[in-house]
Amino acid sequence: MIMSDKERWQENYRALRERQNPFVTVSSVPVAPLYTPEHSAGTDYERDLGYPGSYPYTRGIHANMYRGRLWTMRQFAGFGSAQESNERYKFLLSQGQTGLSVAFDMPTIMGYDSDHPRAYGEVGRVGVAIDSLQDMERLFQDIALDRVSTSMTINAPAAILWAMYIVAAEKKGIPSYKLTGTIQNDILKEYIAQKSWIFPPEPSLRLITDIFKYAKEHVPKWNTVSISGYHIREAGATALQELAFTLADGFAYVEAGIKAGLDVDDFVPRLSFFFNAHMDVFEEIAKYRAARRIWARHMKEKYGAKKSESLLLRFHTQTAGCSLTAQQPENNIVRTAYEALAAVLGGTQSLHTNSMDEVLALPTEKAVQIALRTQQILAYESGVANTIDPLAGSYFVESLTDQMERGAEDYFRRIEEMGGVLAAIGQNFFQQEIADAAFRYQREIEKHERIIVGVNEFTKEEKLGIDLLKIGPETEKAQVGRVQELKRIRDNARVRSALADLEGAAKGSDNLIPKIMTAVRAYATEGEIIGVLKTVFGEYREQAVY
Amino acid sequence: MSQSRIRVLVGKPGLDGHDRGAKVIARALRDAGMEVIYSGLHQTPEQIVEAAIQEDVDVIGLSILSGAHLTIFPRVKDLLREQEAEDILLIGGGTIPEEDVEVLLRQGFAEALFTPGTPTGEIVGWIKQRLETKEPEPVRAKDE
Repeated sequence: MIMSDKERWQENYRALRERQNPFVTVSSVPVAPLYTPEHSAGTDYERDLGYPGSYPYTRGIHANMYRGRLWTMRQFAGFGSAQESNERYKFLLSQGQTGLSVAFDMPTIMGYDSDHPRAYGEVGRVGVAIDSLQDMERLFQDIALDRVSTSMTINAPAAILWAMYIVAAEKKGIPSYKLTGTIQNDILKEYIAQKSWIFPPEPSLRLITDIFKYAKEHVPKWNTVSISGYHIREAGATALQELAFTLADGFAYVEAGIKAGLDVDDFVPRLSFFFNAHMDVFEEIAKYRAARRIWARHMKEKYGAKKSESLLLRFHTQTAGCSLTAQQPENNIVRTAYEALAAVLGGTQSLHTNSMDEVLALPTEKAVQIALRTQQILAYESGVANTIDPLAGSYFVESLTDQMERGAEDYFRRIEEMGGVLAAIGQNFFQQEIADAAFRYQREIEKHERIIVGVNEFTKEEKLGIDLLKIGPETEKAQVGRVQELKRIRDNARVRSALADLEGAAKGSDNLIPKIMTAVRAYATEGEIIGVLKTVFGEYREQAVY
Repeated sequence: MSQSRIRVLVGKPGLDGHDRGAKVIARALRDAGMEVIYSGLHQTPEQIVEAAIQEDVDVIGLSILSGAHLTIFPRVKDLLREQEAEDILLIGGGTIPEEDVEVLLRQGFAEALFTPGTPTGEIVGWIKQRLETKEPEPVRAKDE
């Protein structure tokens, strides 16, 4: 009799001692001592799980998952000049990496040329400096753009960097329909968490729907938005908030596309996702599984998608930078390995593993290699890629997955009541939720309710024992020289006419992408193109809350 | 100083949007009874110093995760000197490598730097101690 056995266990459990430790996830969600069939009693296998590659895709988006092809090992990289980054990419490709992921420096992310006063001290520091097509051509020198897929972490100025990439490929003789890759292009999470915005929300969404339309015609294999929870989580959100806010952003893009006159099945298949992998292994796995199920259900039932590709939540994962510690940095290798394990058990399509030194500086080549080897060991030695969705049917994981879905639906209702994502951003809803969660987490650490190894327990006095990558001031000087030289030698009449044409289009309703491409071909700089758009669109300002 | 509330400007210079640390610190200082002004993102050193003087703060805390600390701290310190506002304490935190922490402290570009993992209570304690005693020893924040 299962009931009486259960009661006996409960009695035994109560008679034993529990550790003085809150039993909660990394997101402070309480966890029961034991999960049994009762916890997943409401789950219907066919309806809620199904088979991999079939609706609602809880178990994975492909019928064969990693038995067909392993996930793409994609290490985010970029620093200094285009030439230095080009060398790092060639090194990574020679080490068995299968896709490129470009990190830009802050001036590029914020739309300033390297010679702008606001760029001072920041050129090439956290990523590569790209001012014009000339730098983009250098960045991909001797790399076959029809054979690698390239992910570019760029948001507010995404249309411009994308145009540069397409034109750089065109100049190598590669037509745009052959290009594969991703632009992050997720402006909503910028207002919510990452805070690298330029324009106000309305014109930003117009640029995004212009990209949807252009990609559909000319770059059909490109992922037009990587709807990102990563930064929401890094800013302090819980796993549930990451899931709910990211999917809410996704629905907002779908609605923007519909409003711009597109059919759901024409652009939704090119939307992809980007999630964080934090330390709590089971909570993360449940998050990914719930994400697939929620997206499929909403696309089918709410937005009426017909193509199966529109129902698939494809996602990239990066291990949690915010979980790494400056203390005893070698321990970060272990943290990253557990996080990578969760991402793979959750069925990720591609993965970036952080390097141990990233809390201190950009990673060294050695640290990057260890991070990549972490994925290779997982793929080839651990056995976790042998079977599909191995944790399905776990009472605990299924119960957590259901809990995630219910919690996300609650958030969707609250956001809708506020008038949708843009209205909720305007009311600082997401920003306040995240700031509260970040503060709670910090307090738990300080009150010793949460142990972080090497930070508030198992500490030791130490001198940093690892080498760090240094970016010298000469990088900035050289880049400033290059962009100023370019502005002297190019055909400036052609640049002026392209920019005037772009300004006219921005005031009207024509698709801006072809106009941006014309400006890019004339070697107009990123800062010049953004400058023109700012005069028409204005700039965003936030009311900060904490 | 000790009879009125301590006033702190939490400044976020540079182009990056990593404001998690700045916001957590701002809240912890506020909870500890200080008057906190948070500058918001993307501030220039000029804007930060201007706000600090206008708001008559005792302390400026800079949060820098962009790698630009070696240009920003000296610039803010220079501006404070130019404005004859050197009595405002300049402290900070973020992803600042050990070597650079030493350089900035040794050359007097910051009074204290608190690197990742520092309990907020340590920062509160440092500010209170520094503002309540007349000639305190320079305190070097620990990593742990």
